[in-house]
Amino acid sequence: MTLDVTAVKADFPLLGREVHGCPIVYLDSGATSQKPQAVLDAMNRYYETINANVHRGAYHIAELATIASEDARRSIARFIGATDEHEVVFTKNATEAINLVAHAWGRANLAEGDVVLVSLLEHHANIVPWHQLAEERGIVVRWIPLTDDGCLDLDDLDHLLEGVKLVAVTAVSNVTGAIPPVRRLADAAHAVGALCLIDGSQYVPHLATDVADLGCDFLAFTGHKMCGPTGIGVLWGRRELLDAMPPFLGGGEMILDVRQDGFTPNEVPWRFEAGTPPIAEMIGIGAAVDYLEGLGMDAIRKHEMSLTDYALRTLGDRFGDDLLIHGPTDTARRGGILSMCLREIHAHDLSQVLDQHGICVRAGHHCAKPLMRELGVTSTSRASLYLYNDESDVDALGDALEEAARFFDF
Amino acid sequence: MPGLEDLYREVILDHYRNPRNRGELEVPPALLAEGFNPLCGDEVKVYVQLDGDTITDVRISGQGCSISQSSASMMTTAVIGRTVDEARDTLRSFKQMMSIHEHGLDSHESPQDGSPEVPSGLGDLEALRGVVKFPVRIKCATLGWNTFDQALAEAHS
Repeated sequence: MTLDVTAVKADFPLLGREVHGCPIVYLDSGATSQKPQAVLDAMNRYYETINANVHRGAYHIAELATIASEDARRSIARFIGATDEHEVVFTKNATEAINLVAHAWGRANLAEGDVVLVSLLEHHANIVPWHQLAEERGIVVRWIPLTDDGCLDLDDLDHLLEGVKLVAVTAVSNVTGAIPPVRRLADAAHAVGALCLIDGSQYVPHLATDVADLGCDFLAFTGHKMCGPTGIGVLWGRRELLDAMPPFLGGGEMILDVRQDGFTPNEVPWRFEAGTPPIAEMIGIGAAVDYLEGLGMDAIRKHEMSLTDYALRTLGDRFGDDLLIHGPTDTARRGGILSMCLREIHAHDLSQVLDQHGICVRAGHHCAKPLMRELGVTSTSRASLYLYNDESDVDALGDALEEAARFFDF
Repeated sequence: MPGLEDLYREVILDHYRNPRNRGELEVPPALLAEGFNPLCGDEVKVYVQLDGDTITDVRISGQGCSISQSSASMMTTAVIGRTVDEARDTLRSFKQMMSIHEHGLDSHESPQDGSPEVPSGLGDLEALRGVVKFPVRIKCATLGWNTFDQALAEAHS
Protein backbone atom coordinates (compact mmCIF):
# COMPACT_ATOMS: atom_id res chain seq x y z
CA MET A 1 0.00 0.00 0.00
CA THR A 2 1.41 3.39 -0.91
CA LEU A 3 0.28 6.70 0.46
CA ASP A 4 -1.73 9.05 -1.76
CA VAL A 5 -0.35 12.25 -0.23
CA THR A 6 -2.56 14.56 -2.28
CA ALA A 7 -5.63 12.82 -0.88
CA VAL A 8 -4.12 12.81 2.62
CA LYS A 9 -3.44 16.56 2.47
CA ALA A 10 -7.07 17.14 1.53
CA ASP A 11 -8.13 15.38 4.75
CA PHE A 12 -6.54 18.17 6.82
CA PRO A 13 -8.54 21.41 6.61
CA LEU A 14 -5.78 23.60 8.08
CA LEU A 15 -3.38 22.64 5.30
CA GLY A 16 -5.65 24.50 2.88
CA ARG A 17 -4.98 27.90 4.46
CA GLU A 18 -2.48 30.56 3.52
CA VAL A 19 0.04 32.32 5.75
CA HIS A 20 1.40 35.74 4.78
CA GLY A 21 -0.08 35.22 1.31
CA CYS A 22 1.67 31.88 0.75
CA PRO A 23 0.14 28.39 0.97
CA ILE A 24 1.06 27.02 4.37
CA VAL A 25 3.97 24.56 4.47
CA TYR A 26 3.60 22.79 7.78
CA LEU A 27 6.87 21.22 8.89
CA ASP A 28 6.40 21.17 12.66
CA SER A 29 4.59 17.89 13.27
CA GLY A 30 7.27 16.97 15.81
CA ALA A 31 5.75 19.70 17.98
CA THR A 32 2.15 18.92 17.11
CA SER A 33 0.50 17.36 14.09
CA GLN A 34 -2.42 18.78 12.20
CA LYS A 35 -5.82 17.13 12.64
CA PRO A 36 -7.83 15.40 9.91
CA GLN A 37 -11.49 16.24 9.41
CA ALA A 38 -12.43 12.77 10.70
CA VAL A 39 -10.99 13.59 14.14
CA LEU A 40 -12.65 17.02 14.28
CA ASP A 41 -15.97 15.48 13.23
CA ALA A 42 -15.77 12.70 15.83
CA MET A 43 -15.17 15.22 18.61
CA ASN A 44 -17.90 17.53 17.40
CA ARG A 45 -20.33 14.61 17.08
CA TYR A 46 -19.72 13.77 20.73
CA TYR A 47 -20.51 17.32 21.84
CA GLU A 48 -23.46 17.66 19.48
CA THR A 49 -25.14 14.31 20.11
CA ILE A 50 -23.95 12.41 23.21
CA ASN A 51 -22.28 14.94 25.55
CA ALA A 52 -22.64 13.49 29.06
CA ASN A 53 -20.29 12.46 31.84
CA VAL A 54 -18.98 8.92 31.68
CA HIS A 55 -19.26 6.02 34.16
CA ARG A 56 -22.01 7.86 36.04
CA GLY A 57 -25.45 8.52 34.57
CA ALA A 58 -27.80 5.61 33.93
CA TYR A 59 -29.42 7.47 31.06
CA HIS A 60 -29.07 6.80 27.37
CA ILE A 61 -26.58 9.42 26.21
CA ALA A 62 -24.37 8.89 29.28
CA GLU A 63 -24.17 5.25 28.30
CA LEU A 64 -23.33 6.18 24.71
CA ALA A 65 -20.60 8.58 25.90
CA THR A 66 -19.13 5.86 28.13
CA ILE A 67 -19.15 3.35 25.29
CA ALA A 68 -17.59 5.82 22.85
CA SER A 69 -14.77 6.80 25.20
CA GLU A 70 -14.03 3.21 26.23
CA ASP A 71 -14.07 2.20 22.55
CA ALA A 72 -11.19 4.63 22.14
CA ARG A 73 -9.25 2.72 24.80
CA ARG A 74 -9.79 -0.47 22.81
CA SER A 75 -8.65 1.26 19.59
CA ILE A 76 -5.45 2.42 21.30
CA ALA A 77 -4.78 -1.07 22.67
CA ARG A 78 -5.21 -2.55 19.20
CA PHE A 79 -3.03 0.18 17.65
CA ILE A 80 -0.05 -0.60 19.92
CA GLY A 81 -0.53 -4.37 20.01
CA ALA A 82 -1.64 -4.52 23.65
CA THR A 83 -3.70 -7.64 24.38
CA ASP A 84 -5.43 -6.16 27.43
CA GLU A 85 -7.20 -2.80 27.05
CA HIS A 86 -6.92 -2.32 30.85
CA GLU A 87 -3.24 -1.68 30.26
CA VAL A 88 -4.09 1.60 28.48
CA VAL A 89 -4.18 4.52 30.93
CA PHE A 90 -5.30 7.88 29.60
CA THR A 91 -3.26 10.84 30.77
CA LYS A 92 -3.01 14.50 29.80
CA ASN A 93 0.01 13.94 27.57
CA ALA A 94 3.23 11.91 27.39
CA THR A 95 4.80 14.13 30.05
CA GLU A 96 2.07 13.20 32.53
CA ALA A 97 2.40 9.54 31.54
CA ILE A 98 6.10 9.56 32.47
CA ASN A 99 5.38 11.50 35.65
CA LEU A 100 2.77 8.88 36.54
CA VAL A 101 5.45 6.18 36.38
CA ALA A 102 7.90 8.33 38.34
CA HIS A 103 5.38 9.06 41.09
CA ALA A 104 3.41 5.83 41.35
CA TRP A 105 5.95 3.19 40.37
CA GLY A 106 9.06 5.18 41.27
CA ARG A 107 7.97 6.09 44.79
CA ALA A 108 6.98 2.51 45.51
CA ASN A 109 10.08 0.91 44.03
CA LEU A 110 13.06 3.28 44.03
CA ALA A 111 15.26 4.01 47.02
CA GLU A 112 18.40 6.04 47.65
CA GLY A 113 21.22 4.96 45.37
CA ASP A 114 19.00 3.18 42.84
CA VAL A 115 19.89 4.16 39.29
CA VAL A 116 17.59 5.35 36.51
CA LEU A 117 19.42 5.09 33.20
CA VAL A 118 18.39 7.68 30.61
CA SER A 119 20.04 8.68 27.35
CA LEU A 120 21.42 11.99 26.15
CA LEU A 121 18.69 11.99 23.49
CA GLU A 122 15.90 12.54 26.02
CA HIS A 123 13.30 15.26 26.01
CA HIS A 124 13.05 17.16 29.31
CA ALA A 125 9.86 15.19 29.99
CA ASN A 126 11.97 12.05 30.44
CA ILE A 127 14.66 13.82 32.48
CA VAL A 128 13.08 16.18 34.98
CA PRO A 129 10.76 13.61 36.68
CA TRP A 130 13.88 11.53 37.45
CA HIS A 131 15.80 14.60 38.62
CA GLN A 132 12.86 15.29 40.93
CA LEU A 133 13.10 11.77 42.37
CA ALA A 134 16.83 12.29 42.75
CA GLU A 135 16.18 15.42 44.81
CA GLU A 136 13.38 13.80 46.76
CA ARG A 137 14.95 10.46 47.63
CA GLY A 138 18.49 10.35 46.34
CA ILE A 139 18.14 8.12 43.31
CA VAL A 140 20.91 8.46 40.72
CA VAL A 141 20.27 9.59 37.13
CA ARG A 142 22.86 8.07 34.80
CA TRP A 143 23.32 8.95 31.15
CA ILE A 144 23.93 6.82 28.05
CA PRO A 145 26.45 8.80 25.96
CA LEU A 146 26.27 9.47 22.22
CA THR A 147 28.33 8.46 19.22
CA ASP A 148 29.62 11.08 16.81
CA ASP A 149 26.60 10.72 14.53
CA GLY A 150 24.15 11.33 17.36
CA CYS A 151 23.19 7.72 18.13
CA LEU A 152 23.49 5.96 21.49
CA ASP A 153 26.97 4.71 22.37
CA LEU A 154 26.26 1.31 23.90
CA ASP A 155 29.85 -0.03 23.92
CA ASP A 156 29.91 0.23 27.69
CA LEU A 157 26.31 -0.87 28.29
CA ASP A 158 27.11 -3.62 30.81
CA HIS A 159 28.91 -1.12 33.00
CA LEU A 160 26.17 1.49 32.57
CA LEU A 161 23.57 -1.01 33.78
CA GLU A 162 25.15 -1.58 37.19
CA GLY A 163 22.65 -0.78 39.93
CA VAL A 164 19.98 0.21 37.39
CA LYS A 165 16.31 -0.27 38.32
CA LEU A 166 14.80 1.48 35.30
CA VAL A 167 16.00 2.21 31.79
CA ALA A 168 14.01 5.19 30.47
CA VAL A 169 14.74 6.03 26.84
CA THR A 170 13.16 7.63 23.83
CA ALA A 171 12.39 5.51 20.77
CA VAL A 172 12.98 8.43 18.36
CA SER A 173 14.95 11.56 19.22
CA ASN A 174 12.88 14.71 18.84
CA VAL A 175 16.06 16.58 17.84
CA THR A 176 18.16 14.27 15.66
CA GLY A 177 15.49 11.79 14.59
CA ALA A 178 17.80 8.96 15.69
CA ILE A 179 16.06 5.64 16.40
CA PRO A 180 17.93 3.93 19.25
CA PRO A 181 17.87 0.10 19.56
CA VAL A 182 15.17 0.09 22.23
CA ARG A 183 14.58 -3.67 22.02
CA ARG A 184 18.22 -4.28 22.85
CA LEU A 185 17.98 -1.83 25.75
CA ALA A 186 14.78 -3.41 27.05
CA ASP A 187 16.32 -6.90 26.93
CA ALA A 188 19.48 -5.65 28.60
CA ALA A 189 17.40 -3.97 31.32
CA HIS A 190 15.47 -7.17 31.99
CA ALA A 191 18.70 -9.18 32.12
CA VAL A 192 19.75 -7.16 35.18
CA GLY A 193 16.29 -7.20 36.76
CA ALA A 194 15.43 -3.64 35.72
CA LEU A 195 12.35 -2.35 33.92
CA CYS A 196 12.23 -0.37 30.67
CA LEU A 197 10.14 2.71 29.95
CA ILE A 198 9.99 3.98 26.40
CA ASP A 199 9.09 7.55 25.48
CA GLY A 200 7.19 6.86 22.26
CA SER A 201 6.11 10.46 21.59
CA GLN A 202 7.98 10.63 18.27
CA TYR A 203 7.68 6.91 17.51
CA VAL A 204 4.05 5.84 17.89
CA PRO A 205 2.76 8.50 15.42
CA HIS A 206 5.21 7.39 12.73
CA LEU A 207 6.06 3.68 13.00
CA ALA A 208 3.88 0.62 13.45
CA THR A 209 4.02 -0.04 17.18
CA ASP A 210 3.79 -3.37 18.96
CA VAL A 211 4.57 -3.29 22.67
CA ALA A 212 5.52 -6.97 22.61
CA ASP A 213 8.08 -6.30 19.84
CA LEU A 214 9.44 -3.25 21.66
CA GLY A 215 9.85 -5.45 24.72
CA CYS A 216 9.26 -2.58 27.13
CA ASP A 217 7.32 -2.45 30.39
CA PHE A 218 5.94 1.07 30.01
CA LEU A 219 5.24 3.09 26.87
CA ALA A 220 4.33 6.79 26.99
CA PHE A 221 2.96 8.78 24.06
CA THR A 222 0.69 11.69 23.27
CA GLY A 223 -2.38 12.19 21.11
CA HIS A 224 -1.68 15.55 19.54
CA LYS A 225 1.44 14.41 17.67
CA MET A 226 -0.52 11.57 15.99
CA CYS A 227 -3.40 13.47 14.38
CA GLY A 228 -5.37 13.55 17.62
CA PRO A 229 -6.29 16.45 19.91
CA THR A 230 -4.19 18.06 22.64
CA GLY A 231 -4.98 17.21 26.25
CA ILE A 232 -4.84 13.43 25.84
CA GLY A 233 -1.91 11.07 26.22
CA VAL A 234 -1.38 7.43 27.01
CA LEU A 235 0.60 5.37 29.44
CA TRP A 236 0.66 1.73 28.48
CA GLY A 237 2.04 -0.54 31.19
CA ARG A 238 2.18 -4.27 31.76
CA ARG A 239 -0.93 -5.29 33.72
CA GLU A 240 0.85 -6.78 36.73
CA LEU A 241 2.95 -3.63 37.12
CA LEU A 242 -0.07 -1.33 36.93
CA ASP A 243 -2.02 -3.55 39.33
CA ALA A 244 0.76 -3.23 41.89
CA MET A 245 1.12 0.54 41.54
CA PRO A 246 -0.53 2.89 44.05
CA PRO A 247 -2.74 5.66 42.64
CA PHE A 248 -1.21 8.91 41.39
CA LEU A 249 -3.91 11.61 41.61
CA GLY A 250 -6.79 11.21 44.05
CA GLY A 251 -10.45 12.05 43.46
CA GLY A 252 -13.54 10.74 41.77
CA GLU A 253 -13.42 7.88 39.26
CA MET A 254 -10.22 6.44 40.75
CA ILE A 255 -11.97 4.90 43.78
CA LEU A 256 -14.10 1.87 44.55
CA ASP A 257 -15.06 3.15 47.99
CA VAL A 258 -14.45 6.20 50.16
CA ARG A 259 -15.03 6.16 53.92
CA GLN A 260 -14.39 8.59 56.75
CA ASP A 261 -11.25 6.66 57.56
CA GLY A 262 -9.87 6.08 54.06
CA PHE A 263 -10.53 4.84 50.52
CA THR A 264 -10.23 1.78 48.33
CA PRO A 265 -8.76 2.48 44.89
CA ASN A 266 -10.46 1.42 41.70
CA GLU A 267 -9.10 -1.17 39.30
CA VAL A 268 -6.69 -0.25 36.56
CA PRO A 269 -6.77 1.73 34.37
CA TRP A 270 -9.37 3.93 36.12
CA ARG A 271 -7.28 3.96 39.32
CA PHE A 272 -4.98 6.35 37.49
CA GLU A 273 -7.70 8.47 35.89
CA ALA A 274 -8.96 10.68 38.72
CA GLY A 275 -11.74 13.14 37.93
CA THR A 276 -13.85 13.55 34.81
CA PRO A 277 -11.63 12.47 31.93
CA PRO A 278 -11.16 14.44 28.70
CA ILE A 279 -14.01 12.57 27.02
CA ALA A 280 -14.02 14.35 23.66
CA GLU A 281 -10.25 13.98 23.52
CA MET A 282 -10.47 10.24 24.20
CA ILE A 283 -12.92 9.97 21.32
CA GLY A 284 -10.60 12.18 19.25
CA ILE A 285 -7.50 10.04 19.80
CA GLY A 286 -9.60 6.97 19.02
CA ALA A 287 -10.64 8.55 15.71
CA ALA A 288 -7.00 9.47 15.05
CA VAL A 289 -5.76 5.88 15.34
CA ASP A 290 -8.68 4.72 13.18
CA TYR A 291 -7.57 7.26 10.58
CA LEU A 292 -3.90 6.22 10.75
CA GLU A 293 -4.79 2.52 10.59
CA GLY A 294 -6.97 3.22 7.56
CA LEU A 295 -3.91 4.55 5.73
CA GLY A 296 -1.60 1.90 7.17
CA MET A 297 1.32 2.63 9.47
CA ASP A 298 3.72 0.74 7.22
CA ALA A 299 2.70 2.94 4.27
CA ILE A 300 3.17 6.05 6.43
CA ARG A 301 6.65 4.95 7.54
CA LYS A 302 7.62 4.08 3.98
CA HIS A 303 6.49 7.49 2.77
CA GLU A 304 8.36 9.30 5.54
CA MET A 305 11.55 7.34 4.88
CA SER A 306 11.43 8.16 1.21
CA LEU A 307 10.66 11.84 1.88
CA THR A 308 13.43 12.07 4.50
CA ASP A 309 15.83 10.58 1.98
CA TYR A 310 14.68 13.15 -0.60
CA ALA A 311 15.18 15.98 1.91
CA LEU A 312 18.65 14.86 3.01
CA ARG A 313 19.71 14.38 -0.62
CA THR A 314 18.30 17.56 -2.18
CA LEU A 315 19.16 19.88 0.71
CA GLY A 316 22.64 18.37 0.78
CA ASP A 317 22.99 19.04 -2.98
CA ARG A 318 21.74 22.61 -2.67
CA PHE A 319 23.68 23.74 0.38
CA GLY A 320 26.63 21.39 0.82
CA ASP A 321 28.61 22.14 3.97
CA ASP A 322 26.65 25.37 4.59
CA LEU A 323 23.76 23.34 5.94
CA LEU A 324 24.35 21.01 8.88
CA ILE A 325 21.59 18.48 9.51
CA HIS A 326 22.12 16.67 12.80
CA GLY A 327 21.61 12.95 13.24
CA PRO A 328 22.12 9.77 11.24
CA THR A 329 21.95 9.85 7.42
CA ASP A 330 20.61 6.30 7.06
CA THR A 331 16.82 6.65 6.88
CA ALA A 332 16.36 3.17 8.34
CA ARG A 333 17.91 4.46 11.56
CA ARG A 334 16.11 7.79 11.78
CA GLY A 335 12.70 9.42 11.62
CA GLY A 336 11.73 12.46 9.54
CA ILE A 337 13.11 15.04 11.95
CA LEU A 338 15.63 17.44 10.43
CA SER A 339 17.45 19.69 12.90
CA MET A 340 19.24 22.25 10.80
CA CYS A 341 21.94 24.87 11.23
CA LEU A 342 22.51 27.07 8.16
CA ARG A 343 25.95 28.67 8.35
CA GLU A 344 26.06 30.80 11.47
CA ILE A 345 22.49 32.02 11.13
CA HIS A 346 20.68 31.80 14.45
CA ALA A 347 17.70 29.44 14.47
CA HIS A 348 15.36 32.27 15.45
CA ASP A 349 16.47 34.41 12.53
CA LEU A 350 16.25 31.47 10.15
CA SER A 351 12.76 30.47 11.17
CA GLN A 352 11.70 34.12 10.88
CA VAL A 353 12.66 34.14 7.21
CA LEU A 354 10.95 30.78 6.67
CA ASP A 355 7.77 32.12 8.31
CA GLN A 356 7.64 34.89 5.72
CA HIS A 357 7.09 32.10 3.17
CA GLY A 358 4.42 30.36 5.19
CA ILE A 359 6.87 27.67 6.32
CA CYS A 360 6.35 26.50 9.89
CA VAL A 361 9.41 25.05 11.62
CA ARG A 362 10.42 24.94 15.26
CA ALA A 363 13.34 27.07 16.43
CA GLY A 364 14.99 26.54 19.77
CA HIS A 365 16.34 23.84 22.06
CA HIS A 366 13.40 21.47 21.55
CA CYS A 367 13.17 20.78 25.30
CA ALA A 368 16.36 18.73 25.07
CA LYS A 369 19.03 20.97 26.56
CA PRO A 370 21.45 18.19 27.66
CA LEU A 371 21.46 16.96 24.06
CA MET A 372 21.90 20.46 22.65
CA ARG A 373 24.95 21.00 24.89
CA GLU A 374 26.33 17.68 23.66
CA LEU A 375 25.82 18.79 20.05
CA GLY A 376 27.51 22.10 20.88
CA VAL A 377 24.58 24.30 19.86
CA THR A 378 22.10 26.41 21.81
CA SER A 379 19.37 26.09 19.22
CA THR A 380 18.49 24.60 15.85
CA SER A 381 15.73 25.06 13.31
CA ARG A 382 13.81 21.82 13.15
CA ALA A 383 11.70 20.69 10.22
CA SER A 384 9.71 17.55 10.99
CA LEU A 385 7.92 15.55 8.32
CA TYR A 386 4.67 13.64 8.54
CA LEU A 387 2.21 11.77 6.39
CA TYR A 388 0.80 14.91 4.73
CA ASN A 389 4.15 16.35 3.62
CA ASP A 390 5.51 15.85 0.15
CA GLU A 391 8.46 16.81 -2.02
CA SER A 392 6.98 20.23 -2.80
CA ASP A 393 7.12 21.06 0.93
CA VAL A 394 10.80 20.11 1.04
CA ASP A 395 11.46 22.15 -2.11
CA ALA A 396 9.72 25.18 -0.57
CA LEU A 397 11.91 24.77 2.50
CA GLY A 398 15.01 24.68 0.31
CA ASP A 399 13.95 27.83 -1.57
CA ALA A 400 13.34 29.73 1.66
CA LEU A 401 16.66 28.55 3.12
CA GLU A 402 18.34 29.97 0.01
CA GLU A 403 16.70 33.31 0.62
CA ALA A 404 17.77 33.26 4.26
CA ALA A 405 21.34 32.53 3.20
CA ARG A 406 21.18 35.55 0.83
CA PHE A 407 19.56 37.83 3.43
CA PHE A 408 22.10 37.06 6.15
CA ASP A 409 25.06 36.93 3.75
CA PHE A 410 27.81 38.49 5.82
CA MET B 1 2.01 41.80 6.82
CA PRO B 2 5.26 43.42 7.99
CA GLY B 3 8.26 42.38 5.92
CA LEU B 4 11.71 41.26 6.95
CA GLU B 5 13.10 44.75 6.45
CA ASP B 6 10.75 46.00 9.19
CA LEU B 7 12.52 43.70 11.60
CA TYR B 8 16.06 43.57 10.30
CA ARG B 9 16.90 47.25 9.90
CA GLU B 10 20.40 48.04 8.68
CA VAL B 11 21.56 49.39 12.03
CA ILE B 12 20.44 46.16 13.69
CA LEU B 13 22.36 44.03 11.24
CA ASP B 14 25.37 46.29 11.76
CA HIS B 15 25.35 45.75 15.53
CA TYR B 16 24.85 42.02 14.92
CA ARG B 17 27.82 41.80 12.56
CA ASN B 18 29.99 44.05 14.70
CA PRO B 19 28.77 43.81 18.27
CA ARG B 20 30.03 46.61 20.53
CA ASN B 21 31.47 46.00 23.98
CA ARG B 22 31.61 42.25 23.82
CA GLY B 23 33.66 40.57 26.51
CA GLU B 24 33.87 40.15 30.25
CA LEU B 25 34.85 42.20 33.28
CA GLU B 26 36.40 41.04 36.52
CA VAL B 27 33.74 40.23 39.13
CA PRO B 28 33.99 41.86 41.59
CA PRO B 29 34.45 44.79 41.26
CA ALA B 30 32.06 44.52 38.28
CA LEU B 31 28.47 43.38 38.72
CA LEU B 32 27.29 40.35 36.77
CA ALA B 33 23.87 38.98 35.87
CA GLU B 34 22.94 36.09 33.62
CA GLY B 35 19.77 35.96 31.55
CA PHE B 36 18.05 33.12 29.70
CA ASN B 37 15.48 33.05 26.96
CA PRO B 38 13.79 29.72 27.70
CA LEU B 39 12.10 29.84 24.31
CA CYS B 40 15.27 29.47 22.27
CA GLY B 41 17.96 28.64 24.80
CA ASP B 42 19.79 31.94 24.35
CA GLU B 43 22.05 32.89 27.22
CA VAL B 44 23.49 36.31 27.88
CA LYS B 45 25.85 37.60 30.56
CA VAL B 46 25.91 41.30 31.32
CA TYR B 47 28.83 42.83 33.23
CA VAL B 48 28.43 46.32 34.66
CA GLN B 49 31.20 48.48 36.11
CA LEU B 50 30.07 51.33 38.36
CA ASP B 51 32.07 54.27 39.62
CA GLY B 52 29.86 55.71 42.30
CA ASP B 53 26.62 56.35 40.48
CA THR B 54 28.13 56.35 37.01
CA ILE B 55 28.19 53.36 34.66
CA THR B 56 31.77 53.34 33.40
CA ASP B 57 31.69 50.09 31.43
CA VAL B 58 29.30 47.37 30.27
CA ARG B 59 30.31 44.10 28.60
CA ILE B 60 28.19 41.43 26.99
CA SER B 61 28.99 37.75 26.53
CA GLY B 62 26.89 34.78 25.53
CA GLN B 63 24.99 33.71 22.44
CA GLY B 64 21.83 34.80 20.78
CA CYS B 65 19.95 35.71 17.66
CA SER B 66 20.49 38.90 15.69
CA ILE B 67 17.77 40.72 17.62
CA SER B 68 18.99 39.85 21.11
CA GLN B 69 22.64 40.42 20.21
CA SER B 70 22.11 43.73 18.46
CA SER B 71 19.74 44.99 21.14
CA ALA B 72 22.30 44.21 23.86
CA SER B 73 25.05 45.83 21.78
CA MET B 74 23.02 49.01 21.28
CA MET B 75 22.17 49.02 24.96
CA THR B 76 25.85 49.14 25.92
CA THR B 77 26.45 52.22 23.79
CA ALA B 78 23.32 53.85 25.20
CA VAL B 79 24.15 53.40 28.88
CA ILE B 80 27.95 53.59 29.19
CA GLY B 81 28.88 56.95 30.69
CA ARG B 82 25.37 57.52 32.06
CA THR B 83 24.26 57.53 35.67
CA VAL B 84 22.26 54.59 36.98
CA ASP B 85 19.12 56.73 37.05
CA GLU B 86 19.60 57.87 33.46
CA ALA B 87 20.18 54.27 32.35
CA ARG B 88 17.03 53.18 34.14
CA ASP B 89 15.09 55.92 32.34
CA THR B 90 16.36 54.60 29.01
CA LEU B 91 15.49 51.07 30.09
CA ARG B 92 11.95 52.16 30.94
CA SER B 93 11.53 53.94 27.61
CA PHE B 94 12.88 50.97 25.72
CA LYS B 95 10.62 48.51 27.46
CA GLN B 96 7.67 50.81 26.88
CA MET B 97 8.48 50.78 23.16
CA MET B 98 8.61 46.97 23.30
CA SER B 99 5.24 46.68 25.02
CA ILE B 100 3.16 48.13 22.20
CA HIS B 101 1.28 45.21 20.75
CA GLU B 102 -0.54 44.91 17.51
CA HIS B 103 -4.09 43.75 17.85
CA GLY B 104 -4.45 40.29 16.40
CA LEU B 105 -1.64 38.51 14.63
CA ASP B 106 -3.74 37.85 11.58
CA SER B 107 -4.63 41.52 11.06
CA HIS B 108 -3.06 43.61 8.35
CA GLU B 109 -3.40 46.86 10.23
CA SER B 110 -0.30 48.90 10.54
CA PRO B 111 1.13 49.14 14.02
CA GLN B 112 0.79 52.28 16.07
CA ASP B 113 3.98 53.92 14.89
CA GLY B 114 4.32 57.46 16.11
CA SER B 115 1.40 57.33 18.48
CA PRO B 116 1.78 59.68 21.46
CA GLU B 117 2.66 56.99 24.00
CA VAL B 118 5.68 55.86 21.98
CA PRO B 119 8.73 57.26 23.71
CA SER B 120 11.26 59.07 21.61
CA GLY B 121 14.87 60.04 22.18
CA LEU B 122 16.13 56.48 22.01
CA GLY B 123 18.37 57.19 19.03
CA ASP B 124 19.58 54.06 17.22
CA LEU B 125 17.49 51.97 19.56
CA GLU B 126 14.40 53.12 17.74
CA ALA B 127 15.45 50.78 14.93
CA LEU B 128 14.19 48.02 17.20
CA ARG B 129 10.69 49.49 17.09
CA GLY B 130 9.80 47.04 14.31
CA VAL B 131 10.26 44.12 16.70
CA VAL B 132 6.83 44.75 18.22
CA LYS B 133 5.33 43.68 14.91
CA PHE B 134 6.86 40.25 15.59
CA PRO B 135 5.63 39.55 19.14
CA VAL B 136 7.59 36.29 19.48
CA ARG B 137 10.80 38.29 19.14
CA ILE B 138 10.08 40.87 21.86
CA LYS B 139 11.69 38.58 24.46
CA CYS B 140 14.81 38.48 22.27
CA ALA B 141 15.02 42.28 22.20
CA THR B 142 14.49 42.69 25.94
CA LEU B 143 16.75 39.86 27.13
CA GLY B 144 19.92 41.96 27.46
CA TRP B 145 18.02 44.84 29.04
CA ASN B 146 16.32 42.74 31.69
CA THR B 147 19.65 41.13 32.48
CA PHE B 148 21.27 44.56 32.73
CA ASP B 149 18.48 45.56 35.15
CA GLN B 150 19.24 42.48 37.27
CA ALA B 151 22.93 43.40 37.34
CA LEU B 152 22.06 46.91 38.58
CA ALA B 153 19.84 45.37 41.26
CA GLU B 154 22.89 43.46 42.48
CA ALA B 155 24.41 46.80 43.46
CA HIS B 156 21.71 47.26 46.07
CA SER B 157 21.48 43.69 47.29
